[in-house]
Amino acid sequence: MVGMSLYRDAAIVLRTHKLGEADRIVTLLGRSKGKVRAVAKGVRRTRSRFGARLEPGMVVDVQCYEGRSLDTVTQAESLAPYGDQIARDYAAWTAASAMLETADRLTEEREPITAQFTLLAGGLSALAAGQHDSSLLLDSYLVRAVSVAGWAPTFDACAGCGAPGPHRAFNLASGGAVCSSCRPPGSAAPRPETFTLLGALLVGDWSTASTSDDRTRQEASGLVSAYVQWHLERGVRSLRLVDRTADTAAVREGTR
Amino acid sequence: MVQDLIDELGRLPGIGPKSAQRIAFHLLQADPADVQRLTEVLTVVREKVRFCETCFNVAEAEQCRICLDPRREATQICVVEDPKDVIALERTREFRGRYHVLGGAISPIDGVGPDDLRITELMRRLADGAVEEIILATNPNLTGEATAAYLARLLSTMGLRVTRLASGLPVGGDLEYADEVTLGRAFEGRRLLDA
Repeated sequence: MVGMSLYRDAAIVLRTHKLGEADRIVTLLGRSKGKVRAVAKGVRRTRSRFGARLEPGMVVDVQCYEGRSLDTVTQAESLAPYGDQIARDYAAWTAASAMLETADRLTEEREPITAQFTLLAGGLSALAAGQHDSSLLLDSYLVRAVSVAGWAPTFDACAGCGAPGPHRAFNLASGGAVCSSCRPPGSAAPRPETFTLLGALLVGDWSTASTSDDRTRQEASGLVSAYVQWHLERGVRSLRLVDRTADTAAVREGTR
Repeated sequence: MVQDLIDELGRLPGIGPKSAQRIAFHLLQADPADVQRLTEVLTVVREKVRFCETCFNVAEAEQCRICLDPRREATQICVVEDPKDVIALERTREFRGRYHVLGGAISPIDGVGPDDLRITELMRRLADGAVEEIILATNPNLTGEATAAYLARLLSTMGLRVTRLASGLPVGGDLEYADEVTLGRAFEGRRLLDA
């Protein structure tokens, strides 16, 4: 252990991969360290002392020592067991999976981006609390995450010339709403309510977002998914499997 | 030829290059009859072992020995992720019902959704109304929990008793070493002690 660099950080577990008989490689999004991949030894055994803490969606205070390609987890204490709470609700779990995968794609290893950590922790916390529809929470997270990454969409002013909105067209490559003069061929033409919802999701205006109808939410989700995947230049696998049907009514009726 | 053997052994799960080399040289020095027996077993297993048509456990015929056993309760089905889990549960000798092997757990991040598991086949087994209880024994990790939550929601309208294996403290351990999640689950699942 001489000369080995130990560090401690608050981190969110983004995903895990099986390694050997009982180990896992965990991908962590650290508040200070950025994204790191570390080996957690023996965590798949039922007698593991920190296996439950290193599951996707958990926020942990982790101690690792640095390795050449992979670090090694030596200690993990739970800060917020969001993953455990979220996994009991299938719709919330699918939304959390899409958040975690998007965060993994938007970050580079060992490049600290505290804003992405804070945003993801907030998204998971809201999913665990179950106060809003998980599909809306996911879309809100996605538009904000791409904004933090430097691809902020506009849902009001024209992305081409800056002319004040509202506008009728939406173009992925242009960066959001476009006026009739700037509108490239093949642009989508969402309903005005959809633009309102997207704007509300970007700023976290939940009183507006929660009054939207299912058709508007569906259209907004489609645009958000397309926008994120266009910028990531690859599909986000979890987005295909997000359960967007189950809990909308339950949240609206206050039964969740 | 020896290198080919080392390479093939090295492709097995959990076998690194060093272990592959050790096993290869062990086989070269072993009694030829032992090696012959091993090759025969490997050939027979590959040719004869398949998945049970009912529960998808490993079987040597169209149905596995558990599905063929008339003494097993047909009113209880224990849902597991893999055939390995059936072996683990059978070791307990606690369960006398039948099994259903899903073939994994729902994991959106790995692109595995409900349609990739044998859930339709499970629903088909429930259609005749003979089953009274479904025991969800997916792994006690988050993908296992999410899969159980999905199945519980799906089965909730069918009037069945849906139960989940208890989570909690391992027997033989000290309380102070338990993590919060496991300890929390143990509290949730506490039971009344008869005086």
